[in-house]
Amino acid sequence: MLLRWWRRLTAMRTAIILLFLLALAAVPGSLLPQRSLSRNAVTRYFADHPDLAPVLDRLYLFDVFSSPWFAAVYLLLFISLIGCVIPRALEHFRALRTPPPPAPRNLLRLPDSGRLDSPLAPAPALDAVEEELRVRRFRVVRRETARGPELSAEKGYLKETGNLLFHLSLLALLLGLAGGKLWGYEGSILVTEGQGFCNTFQQYDTYSSGPLVDSDDLSSLCVDLDQFRAEYEENLTASSFTADIRYGEPNGEDRATTIGVNDPLRIDGDRVYVTGHGFTPCFTVQIPGGSSFDDVCAPFLPTDQTTLASEGALKLPDLGAGQDDQLAIEGFFAPTGLMQGGLLTSIDPRPLAPQVAIIAYQGYLGLDSGLPQSVYSLDATQIERGRLTEVGAANLSVGETLDLPDGTQVTFSGYKEFAALQYSHDPGQLWVLGSAIALLAGLLGLLLLRRERVFARAEAAADGGGTVLSLASLTRGGGESRPRFTALSDDLRDALATAASRTAPDPEVPSRD
Amino acid sequence: MTESALAELSDSLFSVSVALYSVALVAFCAQLAFGRRTERTREVVGASASASGGVLLDDAPQAAPRPAGGTDQGNRWGAIAIGVTALGALAHTGVLVTRGMAVDRLPWGNMYEFATAVVLVAVVAYTGLALRTPNLRHIGVFVLGPVVLALVAIGLGLYTEAAPVVAALRSYWLAIHVSAAILGFGVFMVSGIASVLYLVRSRPGADAGTGFVSRLPSADVLDRLAHRTAVFGFPIWTFAVIAGAIWAEAAWGRFWGWDPKETWSFVAWVVYAAYLHARTTAGWRGRPAAWVNVVGLAVMIFNLTFVNLVSTGLHSYADVG
Ligand code: HEM
Repeated sequence: MLLRWWRRLTAMRTAIILLFLLALAAVPGSLLPQRSLSRNAVTRYFADHPDLAPVLDRLYLFDVFSSPWFAAVYLLLFISLIGCVIPRALEHFRALRTPPPPAPRNLLRLPDSGRLDSPLAPAPALDAVEEELRVRRFRVVRRETARGPELSAEKGYLKETGNLLFHLSLLALLLGLAGGKLWGYEGSILVTEGQGFCNTFQQYDTYSSGPLVDSDDLSSLCVDLDQFRAEYEENLTASSFTADIRYGEPNGEDRATTIGVNDPLRIDGDRVYVTGHGFTPCFTVQIPGGSSFDDVCAPFLPTDQTTLASEGALKLPDLGAGQDDQLAIEGFFAPTGLMQGGLLTSIDPRPLAPQVAIIAYQGYLGLDSGLPQSVYSLDATQIERGRLTEVGAANLSVGETLDLPDGTQVTFSGYKEFAALQYSHDPGQLWVLGSAIALLAGLLGLLLLRRERVFARAEAAADGGGTVLSLASLTRGGGESRPRFTALSDDLRDALATAASRTAPDPEVPSRD
Repeated sequence: MTESALAELSDSLFSVSVALYSVALVAFCAQLAFGRRTERTREVVGASASASGGVLLDDAPQAAPRPAGGTDQGNRWGAIAIGVTALGALAHTGVLVTRGMAVDRLPWGNMYEFATAVVLVAVVAYTGLALRTPNLRHIGVFVLGPVVLALVAIGLGLYTEAAPVVAALRSYWLAIHVSAAILGFGVFMVSGIASVLYLVRSRPGADAGTGFVSRLPSADVLDRLAHRTAVFGFPIWTFAVIAGAIWAEAAWGRFWGWDPKETWSFVAWVVYAAYLHARTTAGWRGRPAAWVNVVGLAVMIFNLTFVNLVSTGLHSYADVG
């Protein structure tokens, strides 16, 4: 019973069905938004389809590639794969060390077969055939049988080796992927010029980590961003992003380098990438009769990648006064601003004429309420509840100031650039690369090579002069055997003729009758 | 020549190649109309029956007395058609070369250029095969037909002005990954068309009658053409996917993230693997396997069109102008 199920699972037919299931299972992952790609898209989908979304969610349709049913399909496929590859590997290993099998009884019944006549005696005739086959890299054995001397030859063992290599590499690749998922992690952070971060989960804006990652085991590395540069073509296509960074152990020596698109920092298997960029406007806030906060900055998130129009918020909870005396600025940043119908827009991603459109609020920000808040926007419920009230709005160029009713002055003091950096650790990566290369090598062997057996039997010709050779070949995989067999027998005929002319120096003389 | 003149030349050559392919299409039609029915005489089995090399895909070109009427005329049309197709392919190559010179980079940085190159590969692959195997000229209509349709759709729907590409595409991996994808896709296109024709040809009763179906090469030949091209395309596609993963590791920070493009490339890969298996599995040989191959091509086309035009992913560089 069990055995029957095992047989069925490891049959090629099952493999085809499972391959199809796998392809089918991947489809919803590309048609529905996935949490692994964009949490926002999933949230939006929930908002747009409030009835459908929870049902889909219960079916793991927003996490297709980590869902139990997706795992079930590929695990079944891989069990099936193991089940068919291991026995084949053992058989192949045996086959490598056993000589080619004896020739079938009736050679001429094979589809690719024929006769050759030679004036040579049976043994030298087979010698000539053997030599020709060895030149073609066949493995050859000779046997004496009741029906006369015969020869079996085989080549193309590498095809089977390629087949096994290919299928085993698939397994290895999956193991590498799994290892990377279990022990890998990834963190992202926006870093403004002049600032930096260290590789700990607390510092990242967002991070994800495999279940077996111990947060104490993160490699200790700190990265500081000195300068970010974006370059553009005339038509404003971005041509390069580069970040000058310094990196090193927290208390060790710094090393400087430049990273950019397609060119991450690689250290000990970890990588640091530039994944995006934007602007960080800075403000100076002067409290009436009190202190001044110089150049406080907050990164604004680009809302339009082509013009880098950005939105964000600057929150100042600690102005020194009471809890209800907090200040916040929410606004819009345009690297190259243009007023259109009273609204500030951006027309160029380069900071040619930076401007901000800001609204200032005073009151209670609700930062310590325990609920998490986005750092890029104000908590709208605080505004609705009247805890935070609008106290002024203005469009400012660098150096211009907004005066608030209580005498506070907010000056747009300048801007810096920020880089979105990503720190990645994937211990399975090299393993996966190796498997992929082995997979490709195996595939080439499997598809391009042919497994071929050739049999020959030599019988004395009926009239007593010379030999009749029966010749046959068996080809497995890879296309048309007939023309190849024809070519082979033509060559063998030539080889026999040459051998005959060597032994009989004057073959033109007809034998006496 | 200035860059804008080169870009204009590229656009004109596009029209020229569509025109040439259309002429070839008509010639192929004429061949199909006036040509002889393909012979179904089998070779005599035996070592001495020699089939010359290079006609591996042919039925039995030698022997078989030609039925009277139309034969030579049909062959002449076939030769003309192949000649015009080759001219078209030359102009088509010119489209890409001048485009590449105009923008000073490889001419496959957006969907227009990519699709144009894929169709070129399909035409070149088919022309090469048809030159070696005259019998395959009988399917020229069914290759050139889709080619002309595809080019018109590309010209009308995907056309993008010659322009530089974004930073992420400025990498030698563009040459490696995208070239492999174009090659694989173009070859799969020929393979898929062969399988469609096989499905038509192998329908019960297709041998009877005198319609165009009976003029197609035999089911066997079409099946072998489909399989051989798929076998050629599959490792190339595998390489394209692997190279894409290597590039993604450098450009996007992970080698595989189930981005829609990645997902559909994987789906296509799995479907083609299933086709190769089906071809050697009892119960799947023949028509079921051919259907799998057709599904494979459908997935490739879906991946190019729907995934680029409708879904959003990291591959959305290919913005359509
Ligand atoms: C139970 C699982 C599997 C079994 C039993 C199996 C078995 C085989 C066998 C016997 C061959 C040789 C075909 C021939 O005779 O030439 C083969 C070839 C191949 N296998 Fe698998 N396989 C399995 C899973 C897979 C998977 C999961 C993939 C990839 C997604 C795959 C991809 C291939 C490819 C591309 C070939 C080459 C086909 C050809 O020779 O034309 N196999 N497999």
